[in-house]
Amino acid sequence: MASRTVSIDVETLARVEGEGALHLRVKGGKVSDVRLRIYEPPRFFEAFLRGRAWTEAPDITARICGICPVAYQMSAVHAMEAVAGVIVKGQLRELRRLLYCGEWIESHTLHVFMLHAPDFLGYDDVIRMAADHPELVQRALAVKKTGNDIVNVVGGREIHPINVRVGGFYRVPTRGELEPLLERLKRARDEAVDFVKFVATLPMQELEFDYEFVALRHPSEYPFNEGNIASNKGIDVTPADYEKVFREQHVAHSNALHSVVRDRGNYHTGPLARYALNFDRLSPIAQQAAIEAGLGPVCRNPFQSILVRTIELLYACDEAVRIIEQYERPDRPFVEAQPKVGVGAACTEAPRGTLYHRYRIDELGKILEAKIVPPTAQNLPTIEDDVRRFVESHLDLGQNEMTWRCEQTIRNYDPCISCATHFLKLDIERED
Amino acid sequence: MRGAKRPLVAVWKFASCDGCQLSLLDCEDELLAVAGAIRIAYFPEATRAVVEGPYDLSLVEGSVTTYHDAQRIQKIRNESKVLITIGACATAGGIQALRNFADVREYTSAVYARPEYIETLARSSAIADHVKVDFELRGCPINKYQLLEVISAFLHGRKPQIPSYSVCVECKRRGTVCVLVSRGEACLGPVTQAGCAGLCPAYSRGCFGCYGPSESVNAPSLSRHLGEVGLGIDARMRLFRSFNAAAEPFRRESEALEQGR
Repeated sequence: MASRTVSIDVETLARVEGEGALHLRVKGGKVSDVRLRIYEPPRFFEAFLRGRAWTEAPDITARICGICPVAYQMSAVHAMEAVAGVIVKGQLRELRRLLYCGEWIESHTLHVFMLHAPDFLGYDDVIRMAADHPELVQRALAVKKTGNDIVNVVGGREIHPINVRVGGFYRVPTRGELEPLLERLKRARDEAVDFVKFVATLPMQELEFDYEFVALRHPSEYPFNEGNIASNKGIDVTPADYEKVFREQHVAHSNALHSVVRDRGNYHTGPLARYALNFDRLSPIAQQAAIEAGLGPVCRNPFQSILVRTIELLYACDEAVRIIEQYERPDRPFVEAQPKVGVGAACTEAPRGTLYHRYRIDELGKILEAKIVPPTAQNLPTIEDDVRRFVESHLDLGQNEMTWRCEQTIRNYDPCISCATHFLKLDIERED
Repeated sequence: MRGAKRPLVAVWKFASCDGCQLSLLDCEDELLAVAGAIRIAYFPEATRAVVEGPYDLSLVEGSVTTYHDAQRIQKIRNESKVLITIGACATAGGIQALRNFADVREYTSAVYARPEYIETLARSSAIADHVKVDFELRGCPINKYQLLEVISAFLHGRKPQIPSYSVCVECKRRGTVCVLVSRGEACLGPVTQAGCAGLCPAYSRGCFGCYGPSESVNAPSLSRHLGEVGLGIDARMRLFRSFNAAAEPFRRESEALEQGR
């Protein structure tokens, strides 16, 4: 067995957003080559953002990803507000959290039930899963729709919302517009409690890795838009210092750049990282559900990401209920912001992990330079590591089973390849 | 409908954000009914199962930006009885068509440390520039109810009922006060095809052209008017040059503004 040579080629990775392929070669019980090849064509956002107005960044960068446009809009406006020296507070800030809750609910439910659960239960897709589990899929679709409807009401539409601007919103909803969501969100929260119990029963691979987890950490909240970038191995910096800690490298097999911690290497961003660094910031109902599902405050099994994602789904429903219950319509939909010569950076927590934006603008607000590091670009080297380690500890699996499990290992990260492809950036060569 | 008679449907992706094909998965109330009426033969975003062509219907998202994709769309056309493009990337080249107005080599070296690893075409082009397209569904993103209408029309062998009038009609129908006339907001509504239900003006901002040029538009006339209410040449050029930058009337107007600058 030890001398067996195995090749696995998945030419089109399914149930991920965007286009990628996996090439893997095993020789003598060791993985001699693993390449997650991203062939999604580049779209050059950072190049054509130059010359655009600073106010256009939220609408333009939303188009990087149809799955998490809110994340792009949130990182863009916070980076621009960092240049202008504007801080958005009070109910406008709460509305931004609410909008993000909607995206998390929609995106996490999509991934847990429609993209990932079929792997654990042995189905090719959710349609086939629905034939045997119709009620479960219907309930998941209803929760997903509730998330989408938050984005609809606050953002205008679920894909590429139109209501986000530097300083706040174009129009803020009335209490009457948000209230119909409240009962549905409470139902979604109840459903999410049940979903956690269900996901905890899925057949699970037993595998743990000593990751460096990277996520935002805020003094009092589970992070969406604010906080320092933190890790379990000592990183604690503001978003302005992001590039002092992390760097990107361009590898030959990929149209996506790979991101690493300087002088240290690969790291892990996304639900497992957020959870490990912020368990104490989850609301009581989410903490309790996690404990009852058998999770400790840190989870290092990448396959369990499906369970942690479901805990975050529960948290997002709970947080959305809290925000709507206390909501009072602000007098003005936005805070006035004027452009200044300077550089602004921001990180926010996209469903898939930390999303970094940095812009340099001139006195009229023209963008001179843009840099964007999406979560999937940060996770790519770690995904390749996981595939390597999974394969080396499961060499007895047959070809078909091995191929499927490798796909599942990749899907643990809910990778968004559309996001990962348009990036980045100049200073890499000199660093090496 | 029963197994063998259900039409085989494939969903293809070219350069795009995935949002338009996600619209299909966002049809939460209709998804299982749609899945029951068709047979999904190829839809990697949703399934790992693959059925070989030929296909009764191909939905194509995204624009052509690589040599490989220019070849791939020919093969897809040959395998498809009906081919429908979905979204601004597929129908007009998308936001990535901004490269058409610039030097793509400079773009590549601005974004990538090793430009030699990157294979790309100088232009981002619509699917219809390469093959015959049976119907184009506009939008950035598409409207999921229009997508359901297109699929339903296909299943019943009729023409989709998709209006080609402008966003202005939708604002009137919605009862939105005109943001251009009453407040002088920069608004592309008069020259943009309907489909969003007049969304942006209802949220107190001008239309920025997600659905591309409507039928028989006069872009220069709107552009002049926007100039008269105080919008500078550069701002007007950017307004016409976004998600549908390469759509003919918008392209002509943004280039005219660029040359007049």
